[in-house]
Amino acid sequence: MPKHSFTVNGKPVTVDAPDDMPLLWVLRDLLGVTGPKYGCGIGACRACTSHLDNTEIQPCVVPVKDCAGRMVTTIEGLADGDCLHPVQQAWLDCDVAQCGFCQPGQIMAAVALLNRTPHPTDADLDRIENVCRCGTYPRIRQAIKQVADRG
Amino acid sequence: MTTRRKVIVHALSASALTLVVPLGGDAAVGAPARSGGPVATGTDDEKLVLEVTPANRVVVRLPRVEVGQGITTAVAMLIAEELDARLPDVDIPLADARTDGGNQYTGGSSSVRSLYDPARKVAAVARARLVTAAARQWRVPAKTLRTENTMVIAPDGRTATFGSLTAAAAQVVRPDVPSTPKPANQHRVIGRPAGRIDARDLVTGAAKYTGDLTVASAKPTVVARPPTLGGSVATVDDAKARTLPGVLAVVRIPSGVAVVAETFHHAFQARDALRITWKPGPMATVSDAEIRSRLRAALPPPAAPPRGSKQVQGEFEFAGVSHAPMEVLTAIADVRADRAELWFSSQTPTDARASIAEAIRLPEASVKVHVVRGGGSFGRRLTYEAAIEAALISKAAKRPVKLMWSRADDTRQGRMRPATQHRVRISLAGGKVVATAHDSVSVDELALPIPTGAWRSVDSGMTAAVAEVMVDETAKALGKDPVAYRRTTLAGSAKAVLDKVAAAGRWGRPMPRGCGQGVAVHEEYGSAVACLVEVDATDPRNPRVVAVVMAADVGIVVNPRGLEAQLMGAAIDGLSTILHAGLHIDRGAVREGSFADFHYARQRHSPLHFAAHILPSTRPPGGAGELGVPAAAGAVANAFARATGTRPSRFPIVF
Repeated sequence: MPKHSFTVNGKPVTVDAPDDMPLLWVLRDLLGVTGPKYGCGIGACRACTSHLDNTEIQPCVVPVKDCAGRMVTTIEGLADGDCLHPVQQAWLDCDVAQCGFCQPGQIMAAVALLNRTPHPTDADLDRIENVCRCGTYPRIRQAIKQVADRG
Repeated sequence: MTTRRKVIVHALSASALTLVVPLGGDAAVGAPARSGGPVATGTDDEKLVLEVTPANRVVVRLPRVEVGQGITTAVAMLIAEELDARLPDVDIPLADARTDGGNQYTGGSSSVRSLYDPARKVAAVARARLVTAAARQWRVPAKTLRTENTMVIAPDGRTATFGSLTAAAAQVVRPDVPSTPKPANQHRVIGRPAGRIDARDLVTGAAKYTGDLTVASAKPTVVARPPTLGGSVATVDDAKARTLPGVLAVVRIPSGVAVVAETFHHAFQARDALRITWKPGPMATVSDAEIRSRLRAALPPPAAPPRGSKQVQGEFEFAGVSHAPMEVLTAIADVRADRAELWFSSQTPTDARASIAEAIRLPEASVKVHVVRGGGSFGRRLTYEAAIEAALISKAAKRPVKLMWSRADDTRQGRMRPATQHRVRISLAGGKVVATAHDSVSVDELALPIPTGAWRSVDSGMTAAVAEVMVDETAKALGKDPVAYRRTTLAGSAKAVLDKVAAAGRWGRPMPRGCGQGVAVHEEYGSAVACLVEVDATDPRNPRVVAVVMAADVGIVVNPRGLEAQLMGAAIDGLSTILHAGLHIDRGAVREGSFADFHYARQRHSPLHFAAHILPSTRPPGGAGELGVPAAAGAVANAFARATGTRPSRFPIVF
């Protein structure tokens, strides 16, 4: 089987995996990185949202071969040790999560959005596609605005 | 109605310490280390056991499942309140399926109602024992001691952590201080907004759901399922699938053909390589139009209205709605010749254990079920079909398996809120309602193999929403404003919550063309809620709920922040089911297959402004988890009607 080398949350990894194996299952089943969640497998629910070279991706539809030599960041890699990322902290401040299953993806999507657009408008926020079946959307909106307001 | 049970707590003898089930069948689930033993145990239906570890962790294994509703946080608050423990010192792991006959049902918005007294009582007894143990150790009168921050404190400033007293406290038979819970006016934790106790795990990816566990080295497993509801396997050719890399086993089960593999990628690939011919299900020629006409035909003929009255009538239909929890059904099973061990998220783990035991022909006592946090439920985890499948697959494949339903499995072969048909007739005479008739029928009453299940708020999400639409119609027929009219029919807390949303939501303020306000009220579970919604339906095919204001009276509130979250989620459920979210059935098959076509609300559909107002109350807690759905659904329907000047009768409206 082909070998693929890349970094996950700053650590270099090499995996034996078919070229077309989705990054999601490489992370979850080969590397034990379970923060990114399976919700649909077709990039529709976005529960697995992570970053590839600081850009938002849905690992369930990214084949592992596309990750060679690149930098994968999952929810586990967002905090700096015990120091949470400002978006994670805002999530705590606003008590956003309910069941929490979509929240790693929501947070990674929010970080990517704020990287692109530090002061998002409501229209920008409306373009977040991640599904939250518990309906935490108003608190997600509030948390992202809090981060933007605090710069 | 639930009667408030008398709660009795008895002392555990020293020998009983050994009866305690070791904490945490699976360390990965986040259970703390083994404790020093129980300090108190309840003998009511809940049979809660409170333990304090030598490391000063307070542990109560909760006989409920956490699926996002915040019950672990609410119970931690009840325990912290009565024990005078710091909230961060309290751990609420989920109890395994219990064998002591205690209650372990999560549903019906009942958890806070049923646990409010037992949790406070067990903690109050534990506190009394800890204080007594400290008093005896220090040789001071127990009544001179106080408790704070998970410690006993003496007047001279000496302190002892609960952890240092746990072994001695467990020996206290008759405490020297009262062990009755505090009066409500002394509450310092209950009623104050608190963040979830698991929030940090949830935002760092540390929280473990069933699919994240590595227990038993269980292997990824998926099932090929029939395309139609009630379909079955005719023939299977698994020759190619078995040759694919990573495939460990292929086994038949009643619901399809299972593949066990090294990873889910390999499992899905092998599933897709199976060559299966399917026998169509018994409704393979049946589509929505026929289901609808059969539902209409099943409505009873309307009775004659009161003589001389005039009628306001409405007929309404609701499509089926997937529960669609974000975490698809997942179950780990390790079935051996003489025993079985399972891990999954369940609202009914003791029933599940009985059914699993029967399916794999083992005595119930030989089946161990670990309850795992769930990624949402909404009623979906009342049943446990994935766990039974996992057990059957593990038994047949002779290896531990981690079964996961795909999203398409969940949408197409999973359960749904049943499609229903409603006919409502309000009879008016002399400017008031003289008779109301509301008939409804669901697909459960037709002989069709449509898998249905209780969906958050069950029938009320439809029946009560329709009733509130008809209240608006009645008000219109009487020439009255919807809020003013409701004020003439409601009293007590229902009227109070209505008045609150009308004021806070500025009912009656001028709205731009194409926009409208709507209101609805609902009483259930010993609670009352009102919802005011503003909808922008400038484009009626793309309506947006712009603002939601809710007010609730749920009796004593344990965690206002958690209650607000439940009301928020209920609002999104209400707007989703009224506006966008539903399932079609085409020739016996569910058309939708994921969140790409099952249109549960996304951020662009959710209100830009949301507010929840909680009315103060000294009544015992009522139910809250499902409460908001019917009011939100009714308010969205009424707001859409007023925004568009139409009377919507088919839900979801954009379908």
